[in-house]
Amino acid sequence: MTHFHTLRRGSNWPTIGHFTMQAHQRMLDSTPDGLNSGEPPLLRTIGLTKSYGDFLANDSIDIDIWPGEIHALLGENGAGKSTLVKAIYGLIQPSAGEIRWQGQRIVLSGPSEARSLGIGMVFQHFSLFDNLTVAENVALGLDGRESFKDMSARLEQVSKTYGLPLDPKREVWQLSVGERQRIEIVRALMQDPKFLILDEPTAVLTPQEADQLFVVLERLKAEGRAILYISHKLEEVKRLCDTATILRGGRKVETCDPRRETAASLARMMVGSEIKEVKAASGRKTTVPRLVVNDLSLAPGEPHGVRLEHISFELKGGEILGIAGVAGNGQDELFAALSGERLSKDPGTVVIEGIAAGHLSITHRRRLGAAFVPEERLGHGTAPRMKLSENALLTGHAASGMVHRGFIDTAATLKTVDRATETFDVRKAKRDPEAASLSGGNLQKFIVGREILRNPAVLVVSQPTWGVDAGAAAVIRQALLDLAIAGAAVLVTSQDLDELAEIADRIAVMFHGKLSAPLATREATREKLGLLMGGSSLELEEAAHAAGA
Amino acid sequence: MQLVLEKRAERSGTIALVSPLIAIGLTVVTMIILFAILGKNPLLALHAYFIAPLTDGYSLQEIAVKATPLVMIAIGLSLCYLANAWNIGAEGQFLVGAVAGSWIAVKTQGTDAGAWVLPAMLVLAAAAGALYALIPAICKVKFGASEILTSLMLVYVADLFLDYLVRGPWRDPNGFNFPTTAEFDPVATVPLLIEGGRLHLGSIIALLVVAAAAILLGRTIKGFEIRVVGAAPRAARFGGFNANQLIVLTFAVSGALAGLAGIIEVAGPIGHLQPGISPGYGFTAIIVAFLGRLNPLGILIAGLFLALTFIGGEQAQIAMKIPLDVTKVFQGILLFYVLACDSLILYRFKLSFPNRQVARGTH
Ligand SMILES: Nc1ncnc2c1ncn2[C@@H]1O[C@H](COP(=O)(O)OP(=O)(O)OP(=O)(O)O)[C@@H](O)[C@H]1O
Ligand SMILES: [Mg+2]
Repeated sequence: MTHFHTLRRGSNWPTIGHFTMQAHQRMLDSTPDGLNSGEPPLLRTIGLTKSYGDFLANDSIDIDIWPGEIHALLGENGAGKSTLVKAIYGLIQPSAGEIRWQGQRIVLSGPSEARSLGIGMVFQHFSLFDNLTVAENVALGLDGRESFKDMSARLEQVSKTYGLPLDPKREVWQLSVGERQRIEIVRALMQDPKFLILDEPTAVLTPQEADQLFVVLERLKAEGRAILYISHKLEEVKRLCDTATILRGGRKVETCDPRRETAASLARMMVGSEIKEVKAASGRKTTVPRLVVNDLSLAPGEPHGVRLEHISFELKGGEILGIAGVAGNGQDELFAALSGERLSKDPGTVVIEGIAAGHLSITHRRRLGAAFVPEERLGHGTAPRMKLSENALLTGHAASGMVHRGFIDTAATLKTVDRATETFDVRKAKRDPEAASLSGGNLQKFIVGREILRNPAVLVVSQPTWGVDAGAAAVIRQALLDLAIAGAAVLVTSQDLDELAEIADRIAVMFHGKLSAPLATREATREKLGLLMGGSSLELEEAAHAAGA
Repeated sequence: MQLVLEKRAERSGTIALVSPLIAIGLTVVTMIILFAILGKNPLLALHAYFIAPLTDGYSLQEIAVKATPLVMIAIGLSLCYLANAWNIGAEGQFLVGAVAGSWIAVKTQGTDAGAWVLPAMLVLAAAAGALYALIPAICKVKFGASEILTSLMLVYVADLFLDYLVRGPWRDPNGFNFPTTAEFDPVATVPLLIEGGRLHLGSIIALLVVAAAAILLGRTIKGFEIRVVGAAPRAARFGGFNANQLIVLTFAVSGALAGLAGIIEVAGPIGHLQPGISPGYGFTAIIVAFLGRLNPLGILIAGLFLALTFIGGEQAQIAMKIPLDVTKVFQGILLFYVLACDSLILYRFKLSFPNRQVARGTH
């Protein structure tokens, strides 16, 4: 409650004046229900435009945010959502148009100025230091004038008030993704924002964690704060949000009440057409084993990693195996061991196309016909500051005729970019931009395309559709299915159980570095998977206790 | 009121090009103040430093001669720095190369050995420089020792070793007890390009090195590896590039180039081995590498510019009795400004006011 008070008292709602009158007029236009009569919107953009060269990432966008509302920002990958919120948060300068805060025109020189006004932001990718404690991380992000003790106390108080439990003394590496996000949210809340922006906050959360987040957001709303919420998950938008603004190709298409729409109608507005259903493959034949893992155990390479224990499975051509599990249970380590980023002393632990490859480098494994898509797009799957053509070379140099006698064939690398762009509809401002300039979902499409176009015999992919819009997600899933139909073995790690149910033939669960025996997808009910994800064994009750300890 | 460094969301392309020029401008302003404090006429001093050397043919040749080792060493260093390998010891690799090459010259002295001598000296010098550079590289890769410290400390080892040789075993018996070897034979000397001039074959070699580096970085997969390993280490590992291997490789190449520069200097403009064969080329080359933005063409230009300061410094000493050390001060200040201006590419300054919330690191 104290927060609510400071919020009200500290804010200077503008008195009637020139700006307010003007704002009032516009407001009446845009909100016919007249609920908020008398006050200008908390934040309003008028004709906000951001251009990169000739490309308009935002094309004169008008949006109104009112206190006490949860406002969804929807749109396909590359529609301009992140660009819009970055402009509102002062991270980038708009090329034209204006931003009004409580009726007053503002020009933000940077995020600190936005924060001082009362605008907070939680990014999808966290900026936390693994080896520091929660409190230290928060302190680093705040104004240093407060003593560490006061800050810690306030941190505990805020996290208690909002039901976001955090132990200030824990080090970040021990925390789950959901808990890490909590730090970011608490850090933003400690600045007592009137307006909080969340860019795809649930993309990385388990359903339970997402539910907890929604409770917090409802509460913030009840306190009169405004929330701008970016998500590709339309069902949760319908559940949570009061208003939705839909962007397409940088333009605003519509502002509507999502509760009166269906997920399909929202999607239609985003895409401008119907979304294709993924065609589950009927005539898929399994062939020879292409990826075999034999009793793979591996000590963690990093201080806080998970130890892989006795992992075994066999994956035949034409088959898709899904790996479910809460993040941080060894999925990253398994990916590294399969890709060859981490080597195993025993060659026989990983067999690719019948060849013992446990000791072979990632380049060797690629030459054997394997391809890999890691979960992190920027910095792992691509070098952010390098062009797409160079990023095509990053994984293509091993096998794809991009290198002749040590010299790079630039035309070949560009061709890969063009083909991936065409096949997967990658939207970008120019032919060969830096990877970091692509929107999250479009970069993901490029990375998946880059690997699939190599026609791999084995594809190991992590979180193929994180942050990818519904249309593009369907395209990617279809591509994975098509690859399997063509005879490849596909291993998909995903936190999205619906995704696994849609494309996988069998699903196994990872827990504490161990992999359960795979279940046929039609037998893998949510309940069974949920038990396995919690560490219970399906057969033995008593084992549940041992594993849970 | 408080000054904060805030990370830029978008990288400024213009500043990347303008930044070295700003750095030079700021350095000149600082030098003007310094000259004034020293009681010298700043305008005359600047003229002596930057204009006078460009007005006569002898000085112009001399600039090219001085730029030769700077450019060769800086090219090697730029490969290291691009790959995130911090070789600070090029000065030592330069000296070791000079010593190793000189060994052949000293041993064949007066034997009329034939045309193989100079090429053999060049090859041996490059090999020795490379081996010497491998010491810090391997310590780094095998034991995690800081290559910055080990490479720097090996400079002093090389320096003292050279000193010992020319004062002891290799001293010219007819040299009136000066610590120097005898003048090298003609077959052990780098040929001049113009009879009676100063310009020598080494400058051509330096140009070839620049061209080779440009091709390496721009067109080959090795050059790509070097750039990725430095720019995005995790993506490089995913690409299958081995960072440790590249540390070893770039150290070896830069050691070889420094060693080559060393022997060319000794067998060229100097003509014999003696202490003080380098006015700090190995260190100045660090400035050249950064001023040239770790780009081969940029390094060529930056190398010529810093060579100008060496020549200008000499002229200012002769004409205005400005101490020679002022050149070093100049170069130090320049490096400081270059690095400071580079920060402006990634960050910007922001004033913030105490009654407001202050910046936190953002993406
Ligand atoms: N710095 C930049 N330079 C050039 N183009 C850019 C830059 N930043 C963004 N863009 C382009 O602007 C468009 C909008 O990007 P934005 O990140 O806003 O999309 P988004 O709606 O957030 O998509 P996603 O759902 O995939 O995250 C994209 O096509 C992107 O390529
Ligand atoms: Mg985005």
